[in-house]
Amino acid sequence: MSLFFGRPLEHYLIIAAILFCLGLFTVMTRRNAVGMLMGVELMLNAANINLVAFSKWGAKPVIDGHIFVMFVIILAAAEAAVALAIILSIFRNFGDVDVDSKTLMKE
Amino acid sequence: MTIGDVLYNLAFYMFVVLTVLSAAVVAFSRNVLHSAFSLLFTFFGVAGLYVFADAQFLAAAQVLIYVGGVLVLILFAIMLTYTSTSPTHPGQASNLSSLSIGAGLLTIVVYFCVLSVFIPIPEGWSRITTDYSGTDVVAISKVLIGKYLLPFEVVSMLLLAALVGAAYLARRKG
Repeated sequence: MSLFFGRPLEHYLIIAAILFCLGLFTVMTRRNAVGMLMGVELMLNAANINLVAFSKWGAKPVIDGHIFVMFVIILAAAEAAVALAIILSIFRNFGDVDVDSKTLMKE
Repeated sequence: MTIGDVLYNLAFYMFVVLTVLSAAVVAFSRNVLHSAFSLLFTFFGVAGLYVFADAQFLAAAQVLIYVGGVLVLILFAIMLTYTSTSPTHPGQASNLSSLSIGAGLLTIVVYFCVLSVFIPIPEGWSRITTDYSGTDVVAISKVLIGKYLLPFEVVSMLLLAALVGAAYLARRKG
């Protein structure tokens, strides 16, 4: 079968690289804290795509990549919950979630 | 290259375009709410990519956890932390033409999905639907309770800690 023109692994790696770069750009340029969290989720998804691709088309087809992805998804969800709780605290204390203006600890 | 292969590749590239385009909107949109809604499409696109890599359980888990959990949480946080000085731009009627083009494309995609039911399934597709002996879920379950039992238990404690921590951090003081 000539699926993916015979190069499935490269397709997935390129997609994951693009997604990772877009997530990194989001984290670096967004001023909204929730927007930065969305960039982090994009980067985690890119890593997951890489893991799944190598789990199927790597040196030998194993299932451990899928387990790794499951744990990454679990940790991403837990981290999003705690991060958003912190963001809510920041909003209550400062009135907005603009990360550029939070310079209290800077001297 | 049979018609089945062409359709398989076409469906894969459609998911690729969906994922990458939505991620670009997440990165470059100025309104954070637009970013959140296109993150939804990114998650669905990634779930589709998982299906093409024989990771059906992961695709289902991705949709359930990311779309049903993380994204809902993100949307709540955006709505709760919205201030009038957040950078947004009000909707204009000038983007009506692009909206109509988008709706037309979506219609074509839906027609394609509906009409693809009537295409006879060629040789290569049968293994996805009839061979259940070595599926994804069976292999994951064997390994999760066998080799990876310790991380499984540890991560359940971590989730408890995250739950308590998030509830404590977000409590209303006084």
